[in-house]
Amino acid sequence: MNALNWHGIWAIFHHEMTRFFRTIWQSLASPVLSTVLYFVVFGAAIGGRIQSVEGVEYGAFIVPGLMMLTVLQQAVSNASFGIYFPKFSGTIFEYLVSPVGWIEVTLGFVGAAAVKAIMIALVILVTSFAFVGVHILHPFWMLAFLILSSLGFSLLGFIIGLWAKSFEQLQIVPMMVIMPLVFLGGAFYSASMLPPFWEGVAKLNPVLYLISGFRWAFFGLADVPVGTSLFAVALMVVVCMAVIRWIFATGWRLRE
Amino acid sequence: MGAIIEIDHLSKQYGSGTKALDDVSLTIDEGEIIALLGPNGAGKTTMISIICGLVVPTGGTVRVGGHDIRTDWRAARKLIGLVPQEIALEPFEKVINCVRFTRGLYGMPPDDAYIERILRALALWDKRDAATRELSGGMKRRVLIAKALSHQPKVLFLDEPTAGVDVALRREMWQVVGDLRREGVTIILTTHYLEEAEEMADRVGVIAKGQLLLVRPTAELMGEFGKKTLNIELDAPLEAIPDDLADRGVVLTDGRHLRYDYDTRAERTGIARLLGDLASRGITVRDVSTRQSSLEEVFLSLVSEDAA
Repeated sequence: MNALNWHGIWAIFHHEMTRFFRTIWQSLASPVLSTVLYFVVFGAAIGGRIQSVEGVEYGAFIVPGLMMLTVLQQAVSNASFGIYFPKFSGTIFEYLVSPVGWIEVTLGFVGAAAVKAIMIALVILVTSFAFVGVHILHPFWMLAFLILSSLGFSLLGFIIGLWAKSFEQLQIVPMMVIMPLVFLGGAFYSASMLPPFWEGVAKLNPVLYLISGFRWAFFGLADVPVGTSLFAVALMVVVCMAVIRWIFATGWRLRE
Repeated sequence: MGAIIEIDHLSKQYGSGTKALDDVSLTIDEGEIIALLGPNGAGKTTMISIICGLVVPTGGTVRVGGHDIRTDWRAARKLIGLVPQEIALEPFEKVINCVRFTRGLYGMPPDDAYIERILRALALWDKRDAATRELSGGMKRRVLIAKALSHQPKVLFLDEPTAGVDVALRREMWQVVGDLRREGVTIILTTHYLEEAEEMADRVGVIAKGQLLLVRPTAELMGEFGKKTLNIELDAPLEAIPDDLADRGVVLTDGRHLRYDYDTRAERTGIARLLGDLASRGITVRDVSTRQSSLEEVFLSLVSEDAA
């Protein structure tokens, strides 16, 4: 009897999505407002000076970066909060005594966090249509990068939630590590616009590969080869899954 | 009834070297209620936590419904419901959704008719749409029981089910446990309220320092270890007790009352002889009454014997 507990996965997924829909307007209003502000600040103010990047209007150029910025923020925060809250409230015991293993718990929480992030990213894409004309060159790959990036960062957020012992710890990694990586990962510029030394440094940033691949799906422009971007995001998914499996096998921060 | 839980040489030693459970073996039959008694840190919660999957044992095996809790954990856990000692509920979730969630977690398809039945049985139906944070402590505890029963378990663990609840609610909980017993659910409870074990349990297990000191049917334990006290009310006050009666353990508690402790296991309790001696001395007895020692006294006596 080692078949997956699908009812268990659905119970966790549904529970998480219900929490999201309970505060749907707050969940959507904040990223949409931020996007509008980014368009005003970066699109209107800076875009006035930078007409286009490699032939793409600057306002449109930043759309994939903005979407990825939101996906990464939302995926990490939703997944980390999702698993941290049962630890905080004490209800984590339910997951540990019921017939669900690490894979069911991960699929439930991470699946919900990724779906929420994708939904918000798509709302941002629709919002951007009000400001700029965006043409998606490779819609399939755009969706593939969107789903994989959401999954990868939801898995990372899940690990942060498992690791965190306080709300402060829950906030510190997204604020101190992920946000800077996103801003330095070419969300609002192309790495090719940087001096050669800094372009080399930027390529050490894993987020650059995600944004580059995602932007390629929109405009056919990339800072790094698309295959490398796909490999980077797939590697992230695999490594995070391995870490989560280890955490559940050892009970680290779960059964202490 | 066959065995539903088979615990065989179970041990748990923590990294610090503390032995929380030391070579415990116990078989629990389907449909029985067993109470585990023991002081704080005795190993009761560790034992429950191992069976439920919260703690990994360092030795021994546990089978639930014939399924090993480590190699066939999914099947074993499906049979178990756990009501933890601490009240832990999602504060913003509705009562009914909490119960539905647990049922799903245990791999069971939705069954709103069954959920309604347990919520009604636990007097929670009227509160089904209330957020759990709006409920009183007693109601929260009942929600925990409803969650633990949501997947129709065969075995229910109640870890200190009435800790910190008032007398009325404690009686209410006993009623719930009684109803579950009639439905054939096997119940394992830990408690500090010995009255609770005495009231509900078919058998009592006493744990101290990680060892299961004994397991006996509750009535047998009371009979076997229970001492009785004979209280004699005299018609006229006595100034002093005769020496030969004092030598047999008779105590003059005040001028009009004598107390005599006797062992129910003894071949002769000495009651008839005592009453005869009083009559021969012209001491008239107005009334007699007996009192059996409570399980608490039995328990304290067992634990102190073990310490000695």
